[in-house]
Amino acid sequence: MVRWLGIAAFAVVIAALPRLVPQFVAFELTYAAAYAIAIVGLVILIGRTGQISLGHGAFVAVGGYTLAILVTHGVPYGLGIVAAALIAGLLGVALGGIALRLAGVYLALATFALANSVAPVLKRFGSLTGGAQGLSIPSHSETELYYLTWGVAALLFALAYFGLRSRVGLALRALRDSEIAAVSFGVNPVFYKTLAFGWSSAYAGVAGALLALATAYVSPDVYSVALSLNLLVGAVIGGLQLLWGALLGGLVIQFFPLWSQAISPALAAVVYGIALILIMMFMPGGIAGALGRRMSFIRRGHE
Amino acid sequence: MSKRNTWFVTAIITVIALTLNFATPIGAQSVPGVTPTQILLGGTHPYSGPAAGYATIGKCALAYFSYVNDQGGVNGRKIVYEDKDDGYNPPQALQLVRQQVEQDHVFAIFDSLGTGPNMVLRPYLNDNKVPQLYVATGATQFGADYAKYPWTIGWQANYHDEAAIFGKYLLKNAPNAKIGVLYQNDDFGQDLLGSLKSTLGAKAGQIVKEASYEVTDPDVTSPIASPKASGADTVFIFATPKAAIQAMVTIAKMGWKPQVYLTSVSASQAFMHAATGAGTSAATEGVISANYLKDASDPTFANDKGIMLYNSILAKYPQAGVNPIDANCVYGMGVAFTMVDTLKMAGKSLTRDGVMHAANNLNELDNPFVYPGVKVTTTPTDRFPIREEVLIKYTATGAWKPISALITNRY
Repeated sequence: MVRWLGIAAFAVVIAALPRLVPQFVAFELTYAAAYAIAIVGLVILIGRTGQISLGHGAFVAVGGYTLAILVTHGVPYGLGIVAAALIAGLLGVALGGIALRLAGVYLALATFALANSVAPVLKRFGSLTGGAQGLSIPSHSETELYYLTWGVAALLFALAYFGLRSRVGLALRALRDSEIAAVSFGVNPVFYKTLAFGWSSAYAGVAGALLALATAYVSPDVYSVALSLNLLVGAVIGGLQLLWGALLGGLVIQFFPLWSQAISPALAAVVYGIALILIMMFMPGGIAGALGRRMSFIRRGHE
Repeated sequence: MSKRNTWFVTAIITVIALTLNFATPIGAQSVPGVTPTQILLGGTHPYSGPAAGYATIGKCALAYFSYVNDQGGVNGRKIVYEDKDDGYNPPQALQLVRQQVEQDHVFAIFDSLGTGPNMVLRPYLNDNKVPQLYVATGATQFGADYAKYPWTIGWQANYHDEAAIFGKYLLKNAPNAKIGVLYQNDDFGQDLLGSLKSTLGAKAGQIVKEASYEVTDPDVTSPIASPKASGADTVFIFATPKAAIQAMVTIAKMGWKPQVYLTSVSASQAFMHAATGAGTSAATEGVISANYLKDASDPTFANDKGIMLYNSILAKYPQAGVNPIDANCVYGMGVAFTMVDTLKMAGKSLTRDGVMHAANNLNELDNPFVYPGVKVTTTPTDRFPIREEVLIKYTATGAWKPISALITNRY
């Protein structure tokens, strides 16, 4: 009961915020929601299935470019977002096929190579992608994009929440904890691992489409390796095991780099780095993990 | 049980995060960013990431503003330059600039760096009628598209003009050259190649080989060999520094001796030293490039008033990590000089319209940091401030020497 009230209160706050905060803050929150969607994908893949990915940004790029190319050809952006999810999801399934043959650090390297290949591939197909110049997209009302992004985020969080509690979620978790045990209980590892990659990548694709709409521009510079690493940072800082950690992760990777500029632009990256190290030192389970533990500790004290 | 209140906490954290994020808005001002005592300018450079070397431009512009402020400022106002780190990432640049415009109420955006970031900033700043002054990119569109984006203007010699200047020199001095081109396969390389071809006109057929590479390719030894096979005796290198250095070294190692023309983007002394070190002086001797700035490493400028001012400013307002012979630092002070000049011309009652009017009617004949004789001028229909370059040749002793008078591409 309390949880549902909490969610309702949160929804009211999010719905009311564009009236309460300056426009550019609402704009930044749109990004945070989109990052959170991408990070949910990592929570599903890394946190729940135990498959590492350093190449999540590649699927964000696929989503962004799918939307940009379709919208510049006159397709409504709603269809563009769906197409972004499908195409990124299918590519994720393909990567899942490779991932079945790799584990641990080798999988990490393979996905890292994927992240690195984004810019050259985009430039190779310049007639479609606009090459290094990128593609400009017609801009939309910011309020519209804010509600669109948060609405899609709510939908995808709910889908992940129920999906992870279903038999599928259970199977993924079983595979993570012990593949041998899971297989002996009849879990098909090929099917479920591929599914996890596809599911996770579809989320990244949607996030990419929403980010592209917000920026109204895509280019290879947008999808550098740093994006993949930043998403991973968001997932780990937020808390890999908890779904709502993805929300915190999205807020962290959106706002920390902006706030860290306050001291000096030359030190911004250093300040951000130190903040991340401190969080990991004192909250190894991520912010969500630490808060969850603190609250259960307090409650136990009362009981 | 542990999840019971977690959503509440999330909500609370979000609210705290937001409250921290925006400062109290300043009271209504007639002109944003302008008070009787100061002018607030915003901008972004990559202080982190692979393009971080360009942050030198922002640092040296800041040093020049500090110098101007200590001389009394502009019409009694001090310039405050709020520079931010965008990591060369367009969405990051957009978010930072929106904060500067909507929260910090800057008067104008000055010298934001990179084609991608400026592409994203341009529609936003033009929609909001905020001047986007002297963008640090040579992409031709920032000066050419003024009908659609009247609040945007570039500064440096653009890529189109540079290749045209090379072409004019070649037509006059080596009209029978057999030409090979190595170009980076993006807007930068294609802009240069396209302009070279149109300048050569009927002689474009003398280009016997066009070889391209991707900026991410690990090396260019294979594409640079193909013009040799085609019998070229002249090679244009339209490449960013790493590939340009490799190309020069590879040419020397092949024992090939074509006349090399090198884009000014890769002609800084730092890169020439690297090429000389990796190959021999054969790799760099005789290379022709172009310049519109004074070369702080050139001893012939040691007693030049502009370079003396440059060195004294760097001594008095030291900037971390800046090498005084870095051409980017001369660039930073040069563009800051034009900014100050523009603010002076816009007058005591500063408005955004006024500053754009000044930027579109520049007639700056005394910028101490640009090459002697280079005029920084614009008209409402020619919004390319710098369109003249001098051609320079690299000597065996490791110095750039001018080999031509200023060549202009202004019509």
